Amino acid sequence: MNFDDTPQEAAFRAEAKAWIAANAPKQYEDELRKSSLGRLVLSGANVLDVAKAWQKKKADAGWACLHWPKEYGGRGSSPIERVIWQQEEGEFGKLSRVFIIGHGMCGPTMMAYASEEQKRHYLPPLASGENIWCQLFSEPAGGSDVAGLRTRAERDGDDWIVNGQKIWTSGAHYSDYGILITRTDPTVPKHKGLTMFFLDMKSKGVEIKPIKQANGQSEFNEVYFTDVRIPDSQRLGKVDDGWNVSLTTLMNERMSIGASVATGFPELFDYCSNLMLDDGLAIDDRAVRAKLANWAVRASGLKYTAFRSISALSRGERPGPENSIGKLVAGSMIQEVATYALDLQGAAGVVSDPAQAEIEGKFQAMLLRSPATRVEGGTDEILRNIIAERVLGLPGDIRVDKDVPFNKIPTKGRG
Amino acid sequence: MNFEFSDDQKQLRDQARRFLAEKCPPKAVRAVLEGNALYDKALWQGLAEMGFLGVAIPEEFGGTGAGHLELCVIAEEMGRALAPVPFSSTVYLAAEALMLAGSSEQKQKWLPKIASGEAIGTLALFEGTGNPSPQAVKLSAANGVLNGVKKPVADGAIADFAIVAARNGSSGRETDIALYLVDLKAGGVEAKTLANLDPSRNQAELHFKDCKAEPLGAANEGWSILSRVLDRAAVLMAFEQVGGADRALEMGRDYALDRIAFGRPIGSFQAVKHMLADMYVSATLARSNCYYGAWALSTNAGELPEAAATARISATQAFQHCAKNNIQVHGGMGFTWEFDCHLYYRRSNALALGLGSLSYWEDQLIDRMRKKNAA
Ligand SMILES: Cc1cc2nc3c(=O)[nH]c(=O)nc-3n(C[C@H](O)[C@H](O)[C@H](O)COP(=O)(O)OP(=O)(O)OC[C@H]3O[C@@H](n4cnc5c(N)ncnc54)[C@H](O)[C@@H]3O)c2cc1C
Repeated sequence: MNFDDTPQEAAFRAEAKAWIAANAPKQYEDELRKSSLGRLVLSGANVLDVAKAWQKKKADAGWACLHWPKEYGGRGSSPIERVIWQQEEGEFGKLSRVFIIGHGMCGPTMMAYASEEQKRHYLPPLASGENIWCQLFSEPAGGSDVAGLRTRAERDGDDWIVNGQKIWTSGAHYSDYGILITRTDPTVPKHKGLTMFFLDMKSKGVEIKPIKQANGQSEFNEVYFTDVRIPDSQRLGKVDDGWNVSLTTLMNERMSIGASVATGFPELFDYCSNLMLDDGLAIDDRAVRAKLANWAVRASGLKYTAFRSISALSRGERPGPENSIGKLVAGSMIQEVATYALDLQGAAGVVSDPAQAEIEGKFQAMLLRSPATRVEGGTDEILRNIIAERVLGLPGDIRVDKDVPFNKIPTKGRG
Repeated sequence: MNFEFSDDQKQLRDQARRFLAEKCPPKAVRAVLEGNALYDKALWQGLAEMGFLGVAIPEEFGGTGAGHLELCVIAEEMGRALAPVPFSSTVYLAAEALMLAGSSEQKQKWLPKIASGEAIGTLALFEGTGNPSPQAVKLSAANGVLNGVKKPVADGAIADFAIVAARNGSSGRETDIALYLVDLKAGGVEAKTLANLDPSRNQAELHFKDCKAEPLGAANEGWSILSRVLDRAAVLMAFEQVGGADRALEMGRDYALDRIAFGRPIGSFQAVKHMLADMYVSATLARSNCYYGAWALSTNAGELPEAAATARISATQAFQHCAKNNIQVHGGMGFTWEFDCHLYYRRSNALALGLGSLSYWEDQLIDRMRKKNAA
């Protein structure tokens, strides 16, 4: 049992470290360190521009999407090298946020289902950040129950014509392409009539409306489709087999286990180490210490669970549903941590103005963004279901709509 | 990175699990619980024959010299099986103290006997309510003679020798505390069994009256040795707790699959599924923290104090969480003497207190993290 790199891994780490030291946008390092969930501000610069420039620089030197094959813009690295890269990239990794969906979900789906020519055409600019991709799955009718989606795609010669609405689409407003799941046959049970496509977000008939979020920011959007034409050549997988294609997408998401989910704990520990309360430092207070210790062991548990998964990866094992615990634990934890940090501030905790608030309003921003973590990419309840069913082997929920043709499923809860 | 046990270590685990399944079924735990014996002698001998009592003891002192990672593996299995034997007292506390601070004579005398199952050892630290602290040690040492009372002492009524924390100075500093080795069969000590939460393990009160004792380690280093022993034991105990947590989770899961209510397995109700999922989360976080502890223990890393406290807290929480919710999953059956749920409930709560309670370790953890950050 050890945390040591193999000689090969150590050489790779040294190379990555040296390249990052020579090339990373150092001028933003401090602000990146201070940023947290819900707040990423780079003074005098547009975050998206800085993120794209860094991604492009990495790609030009062969450090983008490391685990992708070279011909698609990657480096052909092992999963473990990807993890090492992420460890070394450190704070600068926060600039990758806008690429997570494209690199983690859309890219791998394209790799599994697009033609060779398409892969060579679309994947390199996706890897280099020149193109940003989004994931058009959730709809007003279905997020957890995504198979309940209603956006229709109907065949018209060599094209498909798409009508309907997606919602909660992160980054649609700055995305160039998207992967889109649609209903192609409403007369069969819901999982059986779905088909996946990719499309140009500038296609005629695509309308994007940013949604103002509860925290005041606008990261996600509504996307409307009105007679949007998609060539059949942009279909991913077989007609009506979109559910299985989407499972590939979600399974690939698990490969990104190296990227740890924020817990807020290191920030809280630092804060309590410096915060003066009436009778001394917060960290000397017994009640504070008990709380900190509880979060400390959860944060540490997540870290070493990830290390175990990385070890399994390096032995060539595939990450399984047990990786659901990362977001499940971190999501509710960051919310509790932020709430507690404000509790320590007393009435002043209510002030969120960065110019006035404690540590520039970091915990206030965290508090307001944290509910989303427990919803996006699978809610806490869905993650518990996954653990219960696929790790512990408990029965699936009773599904009243499983064998019912989609167009016969009731659509209203009451009345 | 290789943050896993090796194939050989996994084989050892399988071997230990098979051995304990055969020699330590719940029936054996109950025999001690119900007062038929103070511990399971046949099991103890069996463990010695398997070499499990001496895995971390060097060969020159009669052990197999395998190491502490191997001991972690066995500790987990002991916890799973709720083994009703003085394993933690003898192996995590007494043997570790001897290996850390014993003279070569002391090691030569006791370690081979531990490995062979001939000697049971323990640590006599607590003196009533409270957590480990130098101030709480009142038992006095003068001219190699001890006077005072220790309670509770785990396995105190069955131990052959004890490592005793005693006060031999009055400066008010922790250097007043020294450790002594006492042959409990040589007179001067009276042991009385105490009724306790988990009668499958012995707890006793030890009265020392003009009891002869030999020093263990340097006189002014008692507390620092003891702290290191407690850290090492905390990691090993955490593995025991994780073993128990995993088994309690499995019991809950199995029952949820078999028990029918409202025409369906109770494991199909989300309230039950999610309760079990949360138990899995606790047990998994604890296991990962234990691996961190195992790494620190086996490499003598500078991080051991922090890793030990982390593993200890996490595993305590996980075992208590899994054991109590296992009862909940079982409904009324969970509250019967006949079902085994209460055995895990009892053990989880007893282990939570044995080396100092949760709040003590929480406090320790934060101190240690601060020290590390300051350094
Ligand atoms: C910040 C953010 C970014 C997002 N980005 C994207 C994106 O880029 N692309 C995209 O496609 N989607 C995105 N989503 C959507 C996200 O995947 C869904 O919001 C999520 O899956 C939940 O679906 P829903 O909103 O329809 O809620 P619902 O599914 O209606 O859930 C409401 C409540 O019911 C519970 N519930 C539902 N089903 C069950 C069940 N079977 N058992 C128990 N409880 C259940 C849920 O846990 C939740 O508490 C994003 C969401 C957020 C918040």
